[in-house]
Amino acid sequence: MASIDVALNQGTDSREHRELVTNNFSIQVATVNGSGSQSANSVLLRTIFLMGVPVSGKNLFPSNIAGLPTWFTIRVSKDGYAARKRDSEILVAMNPETSTEDVGKLKPGSVVVFDEPMKLDTLRNDVEFYAVPFDKLVAPVAPEAKLKKLLRNMVYVGVLAHLLKLEMAELEVAISKQFSGKKRATEINVAAARAGYEYAVANLQSTRFSVERMNENANKIIIDGNSAGALGALFGGVTVVPWYPITPSSSLVESLMDYLKEYRLDTDGKATFAVVQAEDELAAIGMVLGASWAGARAMTATSGPGISLMAEFTGLGYYAEIPAVVWDVQRVGPSTGLPTRTAQGDLLSTAFLSHGDTKHPMLLPCSAAECFEFGMKAFDLAERLQTPLFVMSDLDIGMNNWVSETFEYPEAPLDRGKVLSKEDLDRLGSFARYKDVDGDGIGWRTLPGTEHPNAAWFARGSGHNEKAQYSERPEDYVNNLDRLNHKWETARTMVPAPVLERTAKGAKVGIIAFGSSHWALLESVDQMQKLGIATDYLRLRAYPFNAAVQEFIVAHETVYVVEQNRDAQMLQLIKMDIDAKYVVKLRSILHYDGHPLEAQFVTEGIANQEAK
Amino acid sequence: MATIPSSPAAKQNRIGLSVIDYRGSKSTLCAGCGHNAISERIIDAFYDMGIEPEHVAKVSGIGCSSKTPAYFLSRAHSFNSVHGRMPAIATGAAVANHKMLYIGVSGDGDTASIGMGQFAHLMRRNLPLIYIIEDNGVYGLTKGQFSATADLGSRLKSGVVNELPAIDTCALAIELGATFVARSFSGDKKQLASLLKAAIAHNGTVLLDVISPCVTFNDHEGSTKSYKFMKDHEEPLQDINFVPAFEEIDVEYEEGTGIDITLHDGSRMHLTKLEEDFNPTNRIEALKRLAEARENDEVLTGLFYLNAAQPSFTDRLNLVDRPLGTLPQDVLRPSKSVLDKIMDEFR
Repeated sequence: MASIDVALNQGTDSREHRELVTNNFSIQVATVNGSGSQSANSVLLRTIFLMGVPVSGKNLFPSNIAGLPTWFTIRVSKDGYAARKRDSEILVAMNPETSTEDVGKLKPGSVVVFDEPMKLDTLRNDVEFYAVPFDKLVAPVAPEAKLKKLLRNMVYVGVLAHLLKLEMAELEVAISKQFSGKKRATEINVAAARAGYEYAVANLQSTRFSVERMNENANKIIIDGNSAGALGALFGGVTVVPWYPITPSSSLVESLMDYLKEYRLDTDGKATFAVVQAEDELAAIGMVLGASWAGARAMTATSGPGISLMAEFTGLGYYAEIPAVVWDVQRVGPSTGLPTRTAQGDLLSTAFLSHGDTKHPMLLPCSAAECFEFGMKAFDLAERLQTPLFVMSDLDIGMNNWVSETFEYPEAPLDRGKVLSKEDLDRLGSFARYKDVDGDGIGWRTLPGTEHPNAAWFARGSGHNEKAQYSERPEDYVNNLDRLNHKWETARTMVPAPVLERTAKGAKVGIIAFGSSHWALLESVDQMQKLGIATDYLRLRAYPFNAAVQEFIVAHETVYVVEQNRDAQMLQLIKMDIDAKYVVKLRSILHYDGHPLEAQFVTEGIANQEAK
Repeated sequence: MATIPSSPAAKQNRIGLSVIDYRGSKSTLCAGCGHNAISERIIDAFYDMGIEPEHVAKVSGIGCSSKTPAYFLSRAHSFNSVHGRMPAIATGAAVANHKMLYIGVSGDGDTASIGMGQFAHLMRRNLPLIYIIEDNGVYGLTKGQFSATADLGSRLKSGVVNELPAIDTCALAIELGATFVARSFSGDKKQLASLLKAAIAHNGTVLLDVISPCVTFNDHEGSTKSYKFMKDHEEPLQDINFVPAFEEIDVEYEEGTGIDITLHDGSRMHLTKLEEDFNPTNRIEALKRLAEARENDEVLTGLFYLNAAQPSFTDRLNLVDRPLGTLPQDVLRPSKSVLDKIMDEFR
């Protein structure tokens, strides 16, 4: 791959490792889980953000509370690429357990900042080592022993400020922001950062890597996808949130609880919401269905193992036609899998969750901004379509910090779907719950508590006719199933349409991707352009697909479906949907090692297949 | 107690409805099924209490018992859910609309086997719900397998003997936090009617285990949940007399023979003690009596435990008065300035 490497300008080539590099490198901080490095890394990320430079951060952490290795990477990219980059040029080695291996992985010309007693500088002679006596530096600023461990991390931030020419003023703003302006916490952390900075100024030369101010972050924010999803739910008018904790979805509900307590109490301090910690995911989805049946905007958030447990109730929701919003912040499966690693591996199991003929709409956000947008839209769609709907996020989007455009306040009112009121019933006399009166496959419903003697209907998962009465008659069953299919066709026209993200003149190669892969794809398309491969890139935003997906496939000789699972799950869904004669055009690029997708993987994969 | 009207069409209750307004569709269960008798008592209780059927929601799981919400109160919304999961549906609904009155019907299989986890957590939450177990010790819809409430040593028609101990759902409910725990027998009209009316007046989880013999699979010699066995072994704890809050309370009771209990809505229940020292507000005493009955091979019926003061699950949520499910957009969606403020926090 050396030739592709050079063409892609990925990292530093050994022949030119004295070249100066500005705003185009990655920093990797290797620490021990539970050592409190998260705040320091967030400060580092925000400092670069405040300098107006495109930046992204990814936390690679173990399924463990404390003691196992964790790596945080920060990518600085003047071109605005936010995907993970294969190599890091700057290593901050704080974890003796992994330091030898971490140093061994670096390309020549890289930089290592390490804790002096580790004596890493004997390991290699083709990288630059910067020894820092962390214990010595932290001692004067840490009043208590407990704080020393935490503040060591802020010392490396100060050291990097000198080595990478970060602006100290912005660093101090970032620290204040990190500690929510709390005076004492801010002061001691600034002191720790200064101790590192001053030591570095006095003892270390700056590196050939630097951050230089740009103006790319005006009107932008730093946010993780789970917080964004929580905000979407808040502005989408969520009222009932039953949930069961599971990584990596827990922080979505925890953020939501904070927002609800802050913004959804009435003037008497009474709650316009309810959050219920359920006994398991079965109960969580059951409570969502019960609440939605009674008119609430109810949602839950989970990950793969929870999705498996929700299968039975999801089938009930589909067949009894009860709205539900379920966030699946995907992690690596099968089974417990890798709970703290990212994947797009729940597509098939979610699309057809439960027994019998069932299928469920899925929204596919690619960014924090879309987590916000789809967080609202999910309720509108679930209520309009009267069916469980899944928002398929993943750990990479959900738990990592992303630079995002500021979220836009929704213009459209809430769409509460087809609900008959008492007044409607006074006018109509009666209604049939599952009758397709509008020709879109969607019946009208009433809510429990509607004060009309003909308001009640009998929700059930057993066979039923248009009036929701128990029925085993074949024609009733077929009518119902066919109407549900007709509703599915309606859903195609309502869910977010795919977006043609990149086009190249005369491109014969098409790429289909979705979700967190998007960021690697934007970069990969540029890389392929340099390699002479012109591509068009279509980003899916929902399932079921609309006609644009087949049209895109028809318009290209070859279409690569890029996804983060082993079994080409999205490709399988596309196959089921398109005319069989186009299936031969489809190829797969599959990434499933648990790390976020990187552009080079896609570029190499497509370049290799195209070379054949 | 109020008498059951002999000609329903002629009579009306205090809100002007006749008993027919509380009926459901025709039962499809076996003739003589204890469950049908329970449905009848439910109809009477809601009629007698003068509850608007539109203010009631019925929930159930799967099984013969869980079909019965179709056979009473057809003017009430109903959700026949999945096996053992009625509590989750009930919890979601009660949170979304805490102004409704919820009645859940389950069976012994639906509750004590597949639904044990949700049952436990519902009791623990003290969700405002009347949870009725129509308990026949047998799986009826799958044609007669033992359930987890079948008594040790009881025999199936096929001759198979149950070798595992029965789960006592009442003892469990008391242990777990339910605030109204009683057992009755589908054939005991008077006791069941009083308990149901008191259940309607209670705010919190009512667990009412009703022994309801299965005439098809579990009513033979050797079954401990047969009509005959129940008639021979039932030992009522008290004589229960329920007086709704809206009726003038003019009955006087002789000192020393019973106790009066005031329920959440002001209704009163008078329990005539059959045993001098039984007090239904004492959890430990209740558990002791249930354990003793089990040792003595008796089926103890009556009100075992009542705590009318405990806040219910929805009380604890500090909800606005208007049901969450009916809140309008101006309450649900914060203003643009709120979003602007939040965005600033992320800059």
